[in-house]
Amino acid sequence: MEVGQMQRQWVDYTKSLFLEGFLDGQFLQLQQLQDESNPDFVVEVVSLFFEDSEKLLNDLTRALEQPTVDFKRVDAHVHQFKGSSSSIGAQRVKNACIAFRNFCEEKNTEGCVRCVQQVKHEYYLVKSKLETLFALEQQIMAAGGSIPMLELNF
Amino acid sequence: MAAASSSSSSAASMGLDFEHEKVPHVLAVDDSFVDRKIIEKLLIKSACKVTTAEDGHGALELLGLADGQQNFANTVSNVNMIITDYCMPGMTGYELLKRVKESPKGKEIPVVVVSSENIPSRIEKCLEEGAEEFLLKPLRQADVKKLKCHLSEFQNLSDEGRICLGR
Repeated sequence: MEVGQMQRQWVDYTKSLFLEGFLDGQFLQLQQLQDESNPDFVVEVVSLFFEDSEKLLNDLTRALEQPTVDFKRVDAHVHQFKGSSSSIGAQRVKNACIAFRNFCEEKNTEGCVRCVQQVKHEYYLVKSKLETLFALEQQIMAAGGSIPMLELNF
Repeated sequence: MAAASSSSSSAASMGLDFEHEKVPHVLAVDDSFVDRKIIEKLLIKSACKVTTAEDGHGALELLGLADGQQNFANTVSNVNMIITDYCMPGMTGYELLKRVKESPKGKEIPVVVVSSENIPSRIEKCLEEGAEEFLLKPLRQADVKKLKCHLSEFQNLSDEGRICLGR
Protein backbone atom coordinates (compact mmCIF):
# COMPACT_ATOMS: atom_id res chain seq x y z
CA MET A 1 0.00 0.00 0.00
CA GLU A 2 1.41 3.38 -0.90
CA VAL A 3 1.77 6.20 1.60
CA GLY A 4 -1.16 8.31 0.36
CA GLN A 5 -3.49 5.35 0.72
CA MET A 6 -2.22 4.59 4.22
CA GLN A 7 -2.67 8.21 5.22
CA ARG A 8 -6.26 8.22 3.95
CA GLN A 9 -6.85 4.99 5.85
CA TRP A 10 -5.47 6.65 8.98
CA VAL A 11 -7.76 9.66 8.58
CA ASP A 12 -10.81 7.45 8.00
CA TYR A 13 -9.99 5.19 10.93
CA THR A 14 -9.38 8.11 13.28
CA LYS A 15 -12.63 9.79 12.23
CA SER A 16 -14.53 6.56 12.85
CA LEU A 17 -13.16 6.37 16.39
CA PHE A 18 -14.61 9.81 17.06
CA LEU A 19 -17.90 9.17 15.32
CA GLU A 20 -18.39 5.91 17.22
CA GLY A 21 -17.70 7.66 20.49
CA PHE A 22 -14.55 5.78 21.41
CA LEU A 23 -12.59 9.01 21.51
CA ASP A 24 -13.55 12.59 22.27
CA GLY A 25 -12.03 16.05 21.85
CA GLN A 26 -9.47 15.47 24.55
CA PHE A 27 -7.66 13.00 22.28
CA LEU A 28 -7.44 15.77 19.68
CA GLN A 29 -5.86 18.00 22.32
CA LEU A 30 -3.17 15.36 22.80
CA GLN A 31 -2.55 15.11 19.06
CA GLN A 32 -2.23 18.88 18.89
CA LEU A 33 0.37 18.81 21.65
CA GLN A 34 2.53 16.42 19.66
CA ASP A 35 5.25 18.05 17.58
CA GLU A 36 8.69 17.42 16.09
CA SER A 37 10.36 17.91 19.45
CA ASN A 38 8.19 15.14 20.90
CA PRO A 39 6.85 13.07 17.99
CA ASP A 40 5.85 10.13 20.21
CA PHE A 41 3.92 12.15 22.77
CA VAL A 42 0.52 10.59 22.11
CA VAL A 43 1.87 7.04 22.12
CA GLU A 44 3.77 7.76 25.35
CA VAL A 45 0.78 9.18 27.17
CA VAL A 46 -1.53 6.43 25.96
CA SER A 47 1.03 3.78 26.97
CA LEU A 48 1.09 5.27 30.46
CA PHE A 49 -2.68 5.09 30.45
CA PHE A 50 -2.58 1.41 29.46
CA GLU A 51 -0.13 0.61 32.29
CA ASP A 52 -2.18 2.55 34.82
CA SER A 53 -5.39 0.93 33.65
CA GLU A 54 -4.20 -2.68 33.88
CA LYS A 55 -3.24 -2.04 37.48
CA LEU A 56 -6.49 -0.26 38.27
CA LEU A 57 -8.57 -3.06 36.77
CA ASN A 58 -6.70 -5.63 38.86
CA ASP A 59 -7.18 -3.58 42.01
CA LEU A 60 -10.86 -3.14 41.23
CA THR A 61 -11.47 -6.82 40.60
CA ARG A 62 -9.68 -7.78 43.80
CA ALA A 63 -11.50 -5.16 45.86
CA LEU A 64 -14.85 -6.52 44.70
CA GLU A 65 -13.84 -10.09 45.53
CA GLN A 66 -13.36 -9.27 49.21
CA PRO A 67 -15.88 -10.82 51.64
CA THR A 68 -16.74 -7.31 52.78
CA VAL A 69 -16.47 -4.85 49.94
CA ASP A 70 -14.85 -1.53 50.79
CA PHE A 71 -16.96 0.70 48.53
CA LYS A 72 -14.92 3.78 49.34
CA ARG A 73 -11.84 2.06 48.07
CA VAL A 74 -13.62 0.79 44.97
CA ASP A 75 -14.95 4.29 44.32
CA ALA A 76 -11.46 5.75 44.70
CA HIS A 77 -10.13 3.38 42.04
CA VAL A 78 -13.02 4.16 39.70
CA HIS A 79 -12.52 7.88 40.25
CA GLN A 80 -8.89 7.46 39.22
CA PHE A 81 -9.83 5.45 36.17
CA LYS A 82 -12.45 8.00 35.22
CA GLY A 83 -9.81 10.70 35.48
CA SER A 84 -7.16 9.05 33.38
CA SER A 85 -9.57 7.89 30.69
CA SER A 86 -11.02 11.38 30.54
CA SER A 87 -7.53 12.86 30.23
CA ILE A 88 -6.72 10.86 27.13
CA GLY A 89 -10.16 11.19 25.58
CA ALA A 90 -11.30 7.58 26.04
CA GLN A 91 -14.94 8.64 26.18
CA ARG A 92 -16.69 5.29 26.48
CA VAL A 93 -14.41 4.16 29.28
CA LYS A 94 -15.02 7.44 31.07
CA ASN A 95 -18.78 7.06 30.74
CA ALA A 96 -18.64 3.50 32.01
CA CYS A 97 -16.75 4.80 35.06
CA ILE A 98 -19.38 7.47 35.69
CA ALA A 99 -22.11 4.81 35.76
CA PHE A 100 -19.91 2.67 37.99
CA ARG A 101 -19.61 5.40 40.61
CA ASN A 102 -23.37 5.49 41.03
CA PHE A 103 -23.38 1.83 42.04
CA CYS A 104 -20.51 2.47 44.45
CA GLU A 105 -22.55 5.20 46.08
CA GLU A 106 -25.47 2.81 46.43
CA LYS A 107 -23.11 0.15 47.82
CA ASN A 108 -24.53 -2.23 45.26
CA THR A 109 -22.05 -5.11 44.90
CA GLU A 110 -23.87 -6.83 42.06
CA GLY A 111 -24.14 -3.57 40.16
CA CYS A 112 -20.46 -2.91 40.75
CA VAL A 113 -19.43 -6.33 39.51
CA ARG A 114 -21.43 -5.75 36.31
CA CYS A 115 -19.77 -2.36 35.96
CA VAL A 116 -16.27 -3.76 36.23
CA GLN A 117 -17.12 -6.06 33.34
CA GLN A 118 -18.48 -3.13 31.36
CA VAL A 119 -15.45 -0.94 32.07
CA LYS A 120 -13.10 -3.80 31.16
CA HIS A 121 -15.00 -4.37 27.93
CA GLU A 122 -14.79 -0.72 26.93
CA TYR A 123 -11.16 -0.48 27.97
CA TYR A 124 -10.01 -3.48 25.94
CA LEU A 125 -12.01 -2.24 22.97
CA VAL A 126 -10.42 1.20 22.92
CA LYS A 127 -7.01 -0.30 23.66
CA SER A 128 -7.26 -2.51 20.61
CA LYS A 129 -8.47 0.39 18.46
CA LEU A 130 -5.65 2.66 19.59
CA GLU A 131 -3.08 -0.07 19.03
CA THR A 132 -4.40 -0.48 15.50
CA LEU A 133 -4.15 3.27 14.98
CA PHE A 134 -0.58 3.41 16.28
CA ALA A 135 0.43 0.44 14.09
CA LEU A 136 -0.92 2.30 11.09
CA GLU A 137 1.12 5.35 12.12
CA GLN A 138 4.25 3.21 12.31
CA GLN A 139 3.61 1.90 8.80
CA ILE A 140 3.13 5.40 7.43
CA MET A 141 6.34 6.65 9.02
CA ALA A 142 8.28 3.56 7.97
CA ALA A 143 7.22 4.29 4.42
CA GLY A 144 8.61 7.81 4.77
CA GLY A 145 5.24 9.52 5.18
CA SER A 146 3.95 11.75 7.95
CA ILE A 147 0.82 11.59 10.06
CA PRO A 148 -1.83 13.90 8.61
CA MET A 149 -3.23 16.78 10.62
CA LEU A 150 -6.84 16.05 11.48
CA GLU A 151 -9.49 18.52 10.41
CA LEU A 152 -11.92 19.22 13.19
CA ASN A 153 -15.05 19.69 11.11
CA PHE A 154 -16.51 16.22 11.00
CA MET B 1 5.40 9.02 52.76
CA ALA B 2 6.64 11.99 50.83
CA ALA B 3 7.64 11.49 47.25
CA ALA B 4 9.57 14.40 45.91
CA SER B 5 10.20 12.90 42.52
CA SER B 6 10.38 15.78 40.15
CA SER B 7 11.21 16.25 36.57
CA SER B 8 12.20 19.51 35.07
CA SER B 9 11.81 20.52 31.48
CA SER B 10 12.30 23.90 29.99
CA ALA B 11 11.34 25.86 26.97
CA ALA B 12 15.05 26.26 26.28
CA SER B 13 15.53 22.54 25.85
CA MET B 14 12.72 22.60 23.30
CA GLY B 15 14.78 24.94 21.18
CA LEU B 16 12.69 27.99 22.00
CA ASP B 17 14.63 31.16 22.42
CA PHE B 18 13.60 32.81 25.71
CA GLU B 19 15.69 34.66 28.23
CA HIS B 20 15.78 32.39 31.23
CA GLU B 21 14.48 34.92 33.76
CA LYS B 22 11.41 35.67 31.67
CA VAL B 23 10.28 32.07 31.33
CA PRO B 24 7.62 31.37 33.95
CA HIS B 25 8.42 28.46 36.22
CA VAL B 26 5.39 26.37 37.09
CA LEU B 27 5.21 23.64 39.70
CA ALA B 28 2.59 21.06 38.68
CA VAL B 29 1.31 18.65 41.31
CA ASP B 30 -0.77 15.59 40.45
CA ASP B 31 -0.76 11.99 41.66
CA SER B 32 -1.69 10.70 38.19
CA PHE B 33 1.28 9.93 35.96
CA VAL B 34 -0.87 10.43 32.85
CA ASP B 35 -2.05 13.85 34.01
CA ARG B 36 1.44 14.95 35.02
CA LYS B 37 2.74 14.15 31.58
CA ILE B 38 -0.09 16.05 29.92
CA ILE B 39 0.10 19.15 32.11
CA GLU B 40 3.86 19.23 31.65
CA LYS B 41 3.47 19.19 27.88
CA LEU B 42 0.70 21.79 27.96
CA LEU B 43 2.93 24.11 29.98
CA ILE B 44 6.03 23.55 27.85
CA LYS B 45 3.94 24.29 24.75
CA SER B 46 3.06 27.59 26.43
CA ALA B 47 6.75 28.29 26.90
CA CYS B 48 6.94 27.60 30.62
CA LYS B 49 9.59 25.84 32.61
CA VAL B 50 7.97 22.95 34.47
CA THR B 51 8.75 21.03 37.62
CA THR B 52 6.36 18.25 38.60
CA ALA B 53 5.59 16.59 41.94
CA GLU B 54 3.43 13.56 42.56
CA ASP B 55 2.02 14.62 45.89
CA GLY B 56 1.58 17.55 48.27
CA HIS B 57 4.48 16.59 50.53
CA GLY B 58 6.81 16.37 47.57
CA ALA B 59 5.62 19.77 46.37
CA LEU B 60 6.25 21.34 49.79
CA GLU B 61 9.74 19.88 49.88
CA LEU B 62 10.50 21.27 46.45
CA LEU B 63 9.30 24.66 47.66
CA GLY B 64 11.34 24.38 50.85
CA LEU B 65 8.15 24.59 52.90
CA ALA B 66 7.96 21.11 54.39
CA ASP B 67 7.61 20.74 58.18
CA GLY B 68 10.99 20.67 59.82
CA GLN B 69 12.74 20.64 56.49
CA GLN B 70 16.52 20.50 56.92
CA ASN B 71 17.66 19.48 53.49
CA PHE B 72 17.12 22.16 50.89
CA ALA B 73 19.31 20.60 48.23
CA ASN B 74 16.38 19.58 46.06
CA THR B 75 14.39 22.75 46.30
CA VAL B 76 13.55 24.66 43.16
CA SER B 77 13.79 28.38 42.92
CA ASN B 78 11.56 31.10 41.58
CA VAL B 79 8.31 29.23 41.22
CA ASN B 80 5.92 31.64 39.52
CA MET B 81 2.82 29.49 39.80
CA ILE B 82 1.60 26.25 41.33
CA ILE B 83 -1.00 24.11 39.59
CA THR B 84 -2.33 21.36 41.78
CA ASP B 85 -4.88 18.60 41.43
CA TYR B 86 -7.53 18.67 44.16
CA CYS B 87 -7.99 14.93 44.75
CA MET B 88 -4.72 13.44 45.87
CA PRO B 89 -4.06 10.77 48.49
CA GLY B 90 -2.27 11.96 51.62
CA MET B 91 -2.54 15.70 51.19
CA THR B 92 -5.30 17.13 49.03
CA GLY B 93 -4.72 20.07 46.72
CA TYR B 94 -6.79 22.16 49.11
CA GLU B 95 -4.49 21.28 52.01
CA LEU B 96 -1.47 22.06 49.87
CA LEU B 97 -3.03 25.40 48.94
CA LYS B 98 -3.53 26.20 52.64
CA ARG B 99 0.04 25.30 53.54
CA VAL B 100 1.43 27.43 50.73
CA LYS B 101 -0.77 30.42 51.57
CA GLU B 102 0.10 30.14 55.28
CA SER B 103 3.81 30.46 54.66
CA PRO B 104 5.49 33.85 54.32
CA LYS B 105 7.62 32.56 51.46
CA GLY B 106 4.84 30.86 49.58
CA LYS B 107 1.81 33.09 49.98
CA GLU B 108 2.68 35.32 47.04
CA ILE B 109 2.78 32.39 44.63
CA PRO B 110 -0.48 32.09 42.66
CA VAL B 111 -2.01 28.65 43.17
CA VAL B 112 -4.41 27.15 40.67
CA VAL B 113 -6.50 24.17 41.72
CA VAL B 114 -7.74 21.69 39.13
CA SER B 115 -10.33 19.00 39.59
CA SER B 116 -12.31 16.57 37.49
CA GLU B 117 -15.36 17.25 39.66
CA ASN B 118 -17.49 20.37 39.41
CA ILE B 119 -18.51 20.80 43.05
CA PRO B 120 -19.46 24.41 43.90
CA SER B 121 -18.66 24.10 47.62
CA ARG B 122 -15.23 22.72 46.73
CA ILE B 123 -14.59 25.57 44.29
CA GLU B 124 -15.77 28.14 46.84
CA LYS B 125 -13.54 26.93 49.63
CA CYS B 126 -10.48 26.87 47.38
CA LEU B 127 -11.12 30.39 46.15
CA GLU B 128 -11.73 31.54 49.73
CA GLU B 129 -8.42 30.04 50.77
CA GLY B 130 -6.72 32.15 48.12
CA ALA B 131 -6.63 29.99 45.01
CA GLU B 132 -6.14 32.10 41.91
CA GLU B 133 -8.42 29.94 39.81
CA PHE B 134 -10.24 26.66 39.94
CA LEU B 135 -10.22 24.81 36.65
CA LEU B 136 -11.97 21.66 35.54
CA LYS B 137 -10.04 18.71 34.19
CA PRO B 138 -9.10 17.69 31.67
CA LEU B 139 -7.11 20.83 30.98
CA ARG B 140 -6.83 22.13 27.46
CA GLN B 141 -4.38 24.43 25.74
CA ALA B 142 -6.85 27.32 26.00
CA ASP B 143 -6.86 26.95 29.82
CA VAL B 144 -3.08 27.08 30.05
CA LYS B 145 -2.87 30.07 27.70
CA LYS B 146 -5.33 31.92 29.92
CA LEU B 147 -3.30 31.07 33.02
CA LYS B 148 -0.15 32.29 31.36
CA CYS B 149 -1.77 35.61 30.61
CA HIS B 150 -2.64 36.01 34.30
CA LEU B 151 0.93 35.14 35.18
CA SER B 152 2.27 37.79 32.82
CA GLU B 153 0.13 40.40 34.52
CA PHE B 154 1.42 39.51 37.96
CA GLN B 155 5.04 38.97 37.08
CA ASN B 156 5.30 41.73 34.51
CA LEU B 157 6.81 39.29 32.08
CA SER B 158 7.20 40.49 28.57
CA ASP B 159 4.71 38.64 26.45
CA GLU B 160 5.97 40.23 23.27
CA GLY B 161 2.75 42.01 22.47
CA ARG B 162 0.56 38.91 22.55
CA ILE B 163 -3.04 39.57 23.50
CA CYS B 164 -4.73 37.43 26.12
CA LEU B 165 -8.03 36.37 24.63
CA GLY B 166 -9.09 34.11 27.49
CA ARG B 167 -11.91 31.64 26.92
